Amino acid sequence: MTEQSVLLDIDQGIAKVTLNRPDSLNSFNVEMHKQMRAALKSIRNDASVRVMLLTGNGRGFCAGQDLSDRAVKPGAQTPDLGISIEQYYNPLLQALRDLPMPVICAVNGVAAGAGANIALACDITLAARSANFVQAFCKIGLIPDCGGTWTLPRAVGMARAKGLALLGDKLSAEKAEQWGMIWQCVEDDALQDEAMKLARHFATQPTKGLAMIKRALHASANNTFEEQALVERDLQRLAGRSDDYREGVSAFMEKRTPKFTGK
Amino acid sequence: MPQILLSEGPTNGVRLLTLNRPEALNALNTALLEALSEQLDIAETDPETKAVVITGSERAFAAGADINEMASRDVVGMLEDPRVQHWARIDRFVKPLIIAVNGFCLGGGCELAMRGDILIAGTNAQFGQPEINLGIMPGAGGTQRLVRAVGQSLAMQMVLTGEAIGAQRALAAGLITEICQPELTVERAMAIAITIASKGPIAVQLARESVRRAGDMNLADGLRFERHAFTILAATDDRREGLDAFRNKRKPEFHGR
Repeated sequence: MTEQSVLLDIDQGIAKVTLNRPDSLNSFNVEMHKQMRAALKSIRNDASVRVMLLTGNGRGFCAGQDLSDRAVKPGAQTPDLGISIEQYYNPLLQALRDLPMPVICAVNGVAAGAGANIALACDITLAARSANFVQAFCKIGLIPDCGGTWTLPRAVGMARAKGLALLGDKLSAEKAEQWGMIWQCVEDDALQDEAMKLARHFATQPTKGLAMIKRALHASANNTFEEQALVERDLQRLAGRSDDYREGVSAFMEKRTPKFTGK
Repeated sequence: MPQILLSEGPTNGVRLLTLNRPEALNALNTALLEALSEQLDIAETDPETKAVVITGSERAFAAGADINEMASRDVVGMLEDPRVQHWARIDRFVKPLIIAVNGFCLGGGCELAMRGDILIAGTNAQFGQPEINLGIMPGAGGTQRLVRAVGQSLAMQMVLTGEAIGAQRALAAGLITEICQPELTVERAMAIAITIASKGPIAVQLARESVRRAGDMNLADGLRFERHAFTILAATDDRREGLDAFRNKRKPEFHGR
């Protein structure tokens, strides 16, 4: 029997994904990568899903790469870490970014290394007050991956990004919120409720439009202002053709609550 | 059986051809190439068709040739390959050909796309010549048109490694002219084609031929050809109409005469 290291629960438009290797603080090994990939694929192919919620089981969110997979024996050939990034981490990040729906992350405990950067790559990240973020890579001679060197300077500015990445100290959830690195820090016992509340909200929203907002924001990283204005024009053209836009305008004119289908 | 090539229009002078073998990511087997050359025959003789757009699906323009078909041919089979005449038919097409690429555009798919006069692509497009991975090489213009479009270094890298490039890279290298959201690629290609279709057909045809000849003539011959074509236009009604409309600040009405 294979250990279920990723739990997927789809209910009423909400796909809840739980990292489930609590004994190793939900750190990633190859098996977990494979299950995560399968989960993201089924979410992507399930037209009923309108929001994804990612969280961790136990006291940690995700401690990054499982280093017991990685110990380098003295005299042994050094591993090519680039391969694991190319085959597992980068496709995971890409799949998360490309999901045509909001992705909420509920950071329930420590988010270290790749775990921190996966949390930061989600669209709306909540963290429990006792949780913290650790760019642990520098402590073992590595560099932040999973988009960390891209996300951090954009999220918190270069000075703080360098401090976090070069020192590798814990950053509390509260400070992460103050710095604009995450959306919100909430009380520990309220975290899952708050995250579900958000998920239920998004499950009734114009999903197609939200997906295009994501696309536009992501595209902005590579574009000049003029290029981005063209992206906005194109995506607005598409958004304007959605059922939800029609419904949104009708509801506004008729002074009633819109019923969005996500299409 | 569903049609492997869909034809719509002409609408506003433009005919849209859609490669439709989704189960094979639009791999260009002989039947599909044959259907394509038949449709181009029709488009060419139809006076209402002024330009043609070719596209595939949002997932794949065309992911290559049909490998099973190719494997069944030995040297003699390749010499008598009926595909060659279909490729030649596409080359001979005289009206503007706009290619709208989404997703995979590989091998024969890339070679077909490069036969177009104007290529635009969705953000998700991937251009490549992966033949080398199969122990073969591009056989329908891939080594020739690619190098003219993107330069030797990139062409060599693509042909020898088999690795594809994305839309941004293709744009920077000059393989395509525009990138848009995948859902809008066909619409944008149609808009370009409709604009072209509204111009004087003889001028379009001669201008197109002049540009195409630039690829295989030296500059002096090319300039001579261009001047010759330019002179011929002086004998057309459309030229009189175009100049007169400009001077009188009105929209020209071209009749292809």
